[in-house]
Parts: sequence; C-alpha cells; structure tokens
Amino acid sequence: MTPIAQALEARAAALEAELQRAMNARQDPQANGAYSSEQIKSLQTELARLTSMMQDAIRKVVGDAPINRGKVKLDLPPLIDNGNVVPLSVSVDSPMTPTDYVKAIHVFNEKNPQPNIVSVQLGPRAGRASISTRIRLADSQTVTAIAQLADGSFWQTTQDVIVTIAACAEEIS
Amino acid sequence: MARAVVTVPPRAKRGEIIEIRTLVGHRMETGFRHDSLGRPLARDIVTQFVCTYNGTEICRAELFPAISANPLFTFTTIAVESGTLEFKWTGDNNFALNETASITVE
Amino acid sequence: MIARVVLPLVAAFLPMSSGAQMAPEDRRSGYEFMSAETRAMQDDEAANPATLWLLDGEALWIRKDGRADVSCAHCHGDAATTMKGVAARYPSFDLKLERPLDLEQRINACRTDAQKAAPLPFESRELLALTTYVARQSRGMPIQINVDARLQPFLDRGRNAFEQRQGQLNISCAHCHEQYWGRKLAGNPIPQAHPTGYPLYRLEWQSVGSLQRRLRNCLAGVRAAPYPFGAPELVELELYLMWRARGMKIETPAVRP
Repeated sequence: MTPIAQALEARAAALEAELQRAMNARQDPQANGAYSSEQIKSLQTELARLTSMMQDAIRKVVGDAPINRGKVKLDLPPLIDNGNVVPLSVSVDSPMTPTDYVKAIHVFNEKNPQPNIVSVQLGPRAGRASISTRIRLADSQTVTAIAQLADGSFWQTTQDVIVTIAACAEEIS
Repeated sequence: MARAVVTVPPRAKRGEIIEIRTLVGHRMETGFRHDSLGRPLARDIVTQFVCTYNGTEICRAELFPAISANPLFTFTTIAVESGTLEFKWTGDNNFALNETASITVE
Repeated sequence: MIARVVLPLVAAFLPMSSGAQMAPEDRRSGYEFMSAETRAMQDDEAANPATLWLLDGEALWIRKDGRADVSCAHCHGDAATTMKGVAARYPSFDLKLERPLDLEQRINACRTDAQKAAPLPFESRELLALTTYVARQSRGMPIQINVDARLQPFLDRGRNAFEQRQGQLNISCAHCHEQYWGRKLAGNPIPQAHPTGYPLYRLEWQSVGSLQRRLRNCLAGVRAAPYPFGAPELVELELYLMWRARGMKIETPAVRP
C-alpha cells in the first residue's frame, strides 16, 4: 500500500471508530454528549469518500488518467444467496475492431480483505468484450468494473450488492 | 482425476463469435482464513489463466483470492480458423494445468 | 453466526409438538428457494462445479482396484444403464447386515466384498465422486422408497429423530422444515429439507458434499452433538427424509446455497 493510502486507511479507521461510538451513544438514552444527526451525517460522508483500499488499487491500474462513466455493463445479482459464489458478468460497449477495442477489464471490490477481483487482457480477437466468472464477497458492498480501451481511455461502472451470508465464514470442520 | 472442463463449440462458421466456458477444479484458498485453532491457512490460488488459439494468445486473466473456488471463466473469441485452443492455468505452489479443445471452422 | 441469536428466540415460541406432516402437493424442492443464478448453475453442466466430481467418478468407475483387481464396470458394466434408478431407491435394506444402508455405504460394501479393497473414507473426494456419478444416473427419476415390515422400524426411528426436539436450542428438524419453511433464517429462505440432489455442490462448502455432511451441519446448528459419519442414526434419518420426499425427482448433482 502506498504511504498516502496507508494514511487514508488510518483516517478511515479512526472515522469508523468514532462513528461506532456515535451510533452507540444514540442508542443509549443515558449517554452524555450524544452526536446530532448532522454530525453523524458528516462523519459518514467523510468515511464514504475514503473507501481507500479500492481507490488505491484502482489508481495503481489507471494512474492519473480520468475515469469516464459509461460503456461498461456490470451484471451482479442485487441480492445474493451466498457470498462465496456470486456470478459476475462484465461487458463493454465496443466494436472490437483492430483500432477500437477493449484492451483490458479490471474488477475491484470495496470490502473484501483484498481490493482486486480479476484483470482480463482482451483484444480485437475477442469479437465481444464480455466476460463472466464467479466471485466471493465478504459483505454488502460496491463492486467496480473498469474497462481500458485501446485509445488509452478508462471507463467504469459500479454496482452495490447486498450479501447476507459472507464468503469464507464457514468453520473448517 | 478431472481437473478442468472446457466447453467450446465443436464447429463454427468463419467469423462467428463463439463463447468459451472454462471450469477448473481448485480450492482457491484465500490466505485470509484461519483453521479452528486460529492458525492462518496459507494462500493457494490459481493466479493466471491464458488461452491460445493455434498458438496466438486470445485471452489472459489474472485471478485474485476473490475468485470463488472451482473458478468458472467465460469469454468470447472470433472463430478464425480450424485448429486447437489451448488453456493454461498456473498458480501458487507451482500449480499448472493444461487443457485443449479442437474446433472446426467452416 | 446469526443463527446463534435467531434460533433461541424462535425456539422460545414454538409449540410442544409438530406432528402434522406437509401435504404431498405442498412439497417443493430446495431448487425453488434459490435465486435464478444459482438455479442456472445447477442446470448447466458446463457451469456446475459438481461436474468436476462427476468426471472423477466416471474415471473411478472403470479403474481396477483392490486385491480382486476389478473395476465397478467389471460387474456393473455401463453405469448409465445399470445404475439408472438406483439412487432413487436408497437408503435400501441390506439383507446381510439386516439394516438399511445409504448409497455411500453400499459403494463401500461393494469395494470390500467384491473388489476386496479398503472402504473409501466418508466425505473423501473419491467416495463423493463415485456416489455423485452413480446418483447422477437417476437424475430426473422419482424417488421411490418402498417400506416393508423390515424397513418400518428404521423408518419410525428416522421419523422420531426428525420430530424430536434436540440440542441446546431444543428444536426439531420439523420446526424449521415443516412449520417454518419459506421463512427466513439469516437472510436465506428455509427449504423443506428434501434430499433430492445429493451429493451436491454447496456454495457454502465450495465443494461437493454428502447428505450426511449436511445433516451433521444441521445438528451442529441446533447445538446437538453430530453423529459420526456412517452412524445408524444418520442413515435412519436419511431413510425418513428420502421416504418423505418420495415421488420428487432426483436432481443430482444439485447446487445449493
């Protein structure tokens, strides 16, 4: 992790802890110095801006290039039977000609211990920019798919999913 | 022991876009789990998948622990000529597996 | 796990007995409680991870083994013909041992008696592969457990096991699977517990597993000590569950969440 990402992670952790205290205080009628709704809202907003692990992983791939929204279609069931096996499909709107094609598709997640999911190198031989696989999700979270086109541009789309039974939680027996 | 299942249409028309499905048997141990005594279980995953079509690489994927066990991977390619598709999986602990499929292109 | 919190609350409000069984027309396979994506995984052999075990089973079927150095195929020929309908009739009464055996035990009995080979350990990849392969040959066929006077006492014990309260949580199988099927437990709908697709690929296990593995998970779930693999109590419960599911179609190898 880059030093900047580490610092961001630490800030995010501190925010989470403070948010937890704020939520606990709200539920305890005897707590003093309870947080107001506005204070909680601003904590939540700052935390949301700091989903740093995923952003850091995305920056490693994309560099400083701007990421456009669109062209990418991400198919994930919104509500998932079991986080261990979540069907995922990514397709990109591209003619896949020798000059205008998708070079790569990268998929990231927000709350697993590791931000990367899969990176696929394609080319005009693919005919269609369309891949499917099955992934693990540890919690309800946002999944991001980024397409890298031959002209050097990046396009992304995101989807929120709800996971009730997290991956890798079964006890080994 | 069967370790992979690849599904490629046996015949296709020249220029047709075909779908290729691959399924490889692998536990994909993430490296983030612990056993019942709290000891960490070492990561053991497939890290790379490469497909070549008569020797030319047509798809390459880098896999991470977030891929489910027994990874399924589906992609497409243009049926350009008859020949052989080769599938190669590699991973931790010197994991290496090859599979092939033939296609007749009219 | 959330079950630790939910189940004690549930147990507190359940009535003493739940003797009534569901009407045959109300029975639904676990397939119907799954999402469309999981159902698609079961239906498509190219995407069903259990296919890997099926292929292993196919290879094991023709592999010579044991001191007798014969394969399953030596006596049973082409499994697609000879094993058709077999899994739909198991557990079945074994004349020599005078008790019911499930399919895994039957395969091991063949190994020791005919192949003169060591039995395969329960839940080993090889036994699962062979059982999946054999059971697959009955896919689409209705479960047919015929209970005669010899099987009746075992069936009765299985039924009692299904209906009795047990474990620290003090609930019975019937509470969840007869009374509360369709309602949610930890976010997932509770199915009716018809073992139509075993051995099956469970997403939670990320592997193929047997019905006994599932039953042991359930027992652990109500905080009862699970019987060891191969225990007669588990076979009796399997017998009752298969009898309860009679007429429903075999789906092996199924996929379940």
